[in-house]
Amino acid sequence: MKIVTGNDLKTGAVVWWDGEGWSKYVNSAADVGAGGEAIIAREEGARRVFAAYVIDGERNADGVRPSHIKERIRALGPTVRMDLSLKPGDPDASNWVI
Amino acid sequence: MVEVQFRFRDDEIAGDPAVTVDAFLTQTNATAVRIEPGDDARALLPFLERLQLIEVSFPAWTDGRGYSSARVLREAGYQGELRAVGDVVIDMLSHLRRCGFDAFAPEHGLNEADAQAAFERWDNVYQATGDGRAAIWAKRHG
Amino acid sequence: MYKYDQYDQQMVDTRVEEFRDQVRRRLDGSLTEDQFRPLRLQNGLYLQLHAYMLRVAVPYGTLNSQQMTLLGDIADKYDRGYGHFTTRQNIQYNWIKLEETPDILADLATVEMHAIQTSGNCIRNISSDQYAGAAADEIVDPRPYAELLRQWSSFHPEFLTLPRKFKIAVIASETDRAAMKLHDIGIQMVRNAAGEIGARFFVGGGMGRTPMIGPMIRDFVPLDQLVTYCEACLRVYNRYGRRDNKYKARIKILVHELGKDEYTRQVEEEFAHLLTQDIEPPLAELERIKAHFVDPPFEAGASDDLDLSDPDFRLWVERNCAPHKQAGYIVATVSLKPVGGIPGDATSDQIRLMAKLARDYSFDELRVTHAQNIVFPHVRKADLYAVWKALDEAGLGTANLDMVGDIIACPGLDYCSLANARSIPVAQKISERFGSAEKQAEIGELKLKISGCINACGHHHAGHIGILGVDKKGTENYQLLFGGSEGADTSLGQITGPGFDEEGIVAAVETTTNVYLRERQQGERFLDTYRRIGMAPFKEALYG
Repeated sequence: MKIVTGNDLKTGAVVWWDGEGWSKYVNSAADVGAGGEAIIAREEGARRVFAAYVIDGERNADGVRPSHIKERIRALGPTVRMDLSLKPGDPDASNWVI
Repeated sequence: MVEVQFRFRDDEIAGDPAVTVDAFLTQTNATAVRIEPGDDARALLPFLERLQLIEVSFPAWTDGRGYSSARVLREAGYQGELRAVGDVVIDMLSHLRRCGFDAFAPEHGLNEADAQAAFERWDNVYQATGDGRAAIWAKRHG
Repeated sequence: MYKYDQYDQQMVDTRVEEFRDQVRRRLDGSLTEDQFRPLRLQNGLYLQLHAYMLRVAVPYGTLNSQQMTLLGDIADKYDRGYGHFTTRQNIQYNWIKLEETPDILADLATVEMHAIQTSGNCIRNISSDQYAGAAADEIVDPRPYAELLRQWSSFHPEFLTLPRKFKIAVIASETDRAAMKLHDIGIQMVRNAAGEIGARFFVGGGMGRTPMIGPMIRDFVPLDQLVTYCEACLRVYNRYGRRDNKYKARIKILVHELGKDEYTRQVEEEFAHLLTQDIEPPLAELERIKAHFVDPPFEAGASDDLDLSDPDFRLWVERNCAPHKQAGYIVATVSLKPVGGIPGDATSDQIRLMAKLARDYSFDELRVTHAQNIVFPHVRKADLYAVWKALDEAGLGTANLDMVGDIIACPGLDYCSLANARSIPVAQKISERFGSAEKQAEIGELKLKISGCINACGHHHAGHIGILGVDKKGTENYQLLFGGSEGADTSLGQITGPGFDEEGIVAAVETTTNVYLRERQQGERFLDTYRRIGMAPFKEALYG
């Protein structure tokens, strides 16, 4: 699947396009097909996000998994500070990254 | 030709179109020249007397060679108009002034109020750059 | 240390207002991201993996307790309770919001701090010897010269859009504790035959993709020409540094491609011209700055005795303390490398504690080191035990300075948008593998440095052992290097061979130290043994 990700302009938070708006959870990411660049142009133009781009990923039983490790770290948080990640209570969460 | 939006001179704007440095060096009557980032401003030094306008081109404002070109020309005594042309942005206006530019022709017109604020931003400066402003160290030991 | 006057304060305050205006124009759409990016970078504001990151300047690594306290408070107020001390002697925060950044800068300005030129293609924060003003081996305190150049380089109108970033270091002793020759300009303050102080210039060093040791281009620049000479070096670079390829845009490539002699000739020609332009501050300005760096009121006749009966304290003194020029005093380094910890990170409470200890026991001064540690430069030996006790209780008493556990590591792929591999987990695993004090003592001095990409923020080229993280078909892979050094004997590490995965690189480091322990002769550090016996015995053990 094709996913659009970027950062919230005011806060810098990592966000994923869910088909209607921006979510901080990668599992909400929508498959944008060939429409990614149009979404980026519109959303950056409206200054809701910046530094947006299209990445590859796949949806499986556990949710959405970006293809590249960098995007998986963006989706989760720093693996060395899981207390600051989106899954602070899950001791195995960092294994998802690798 | 792009319009001059800001000018800090009282003389008439030169009428001749600016020619390239290469063309200028072979034309003995040209009075206006345009320096691209890769040009050596020092090639013009023998001809400063007859030059009324030197345009310094900024294809991208992040290419800072034009700042050195401007200072080289002013340090050599050039008194004519020194015009920044191209991708001239608000946030660099005061720095361009400090390097000797006295006219600005941004390819996209700048917001007047923001530009005026930028020109007037710095009450003091840390360096002597030959623009007539006293550096902070000079004020400290004046 | 240096104290702002009305002019310095006004410059910083004006910058806060300028940046506030730039943020306003970004948020209202007057500036696109492409237009805003270079502006925010010149103010130390990056976009990293998880958020904006703000890098705050610590000029030549010197701080007072009020500044350090505020750094801790900023971590709580605007970030997530911690900060990361960097190899440029700065501090950076990882979870910053754009809309709050002007307020952070305003807070910083209240204690004479800022984020000016901590990124971008301009002259960056000037680094120096972390022991400046305290070291027994310096000929002068290098910081007044660094401060002179800080002011000259701040908002220098000609040099804000250089081909690439530009880093200057100033030292004043033969022992180089600042990796001076690995800077765009390295300046060593020296004394000439006539007894005068001047500056020796090394230009074109650097790490990154193409590591180079900067050649000396001038043996002695008189103090009343220092700024002018720097301006000449920078102008030649600004005019002729490559702009067609960002990987070839650093001054080291210009110096290399022109050749040292031709670059020097051009600088000297520009210098001769600039000497006619009256751009040099008068020596009175240097004297004014120097007056800020006079010795603190040391207690005459302070005792040189140290009670070393506590074995843990004794170990810390032996590892982490250095001789002071003043009898009865000592230089103490706080390691930010606890076993298994994140190199260079400190919590807001730890930052404030270090501030308090500096206020009470180090004449209100701290230093940030390029090895990501903190220094108390002037501790009375009689107070040292109390200092260590307080540090130890806060998890800051690790005794491992310059040992294998004192790892330099960049933030890597856990935080950095440029990284190819994670650095911190590798550092943590090595630190744990060599966690015991006995094991580290047996190995002795061993500087290990890890970068998560070729940009080399973790100084891997200069590590006795260096590790470089690379992306190998989507998985993290780590190359091993030996033989780097950043001191007076600066050398660049050589890659051993094929890379390793994360577990493999940790094991490879242990294999390496085992070869060293087997092969070493009396008194040799790892680096000495490697230089004597070469790569072959290590390769044999690593790759069989």
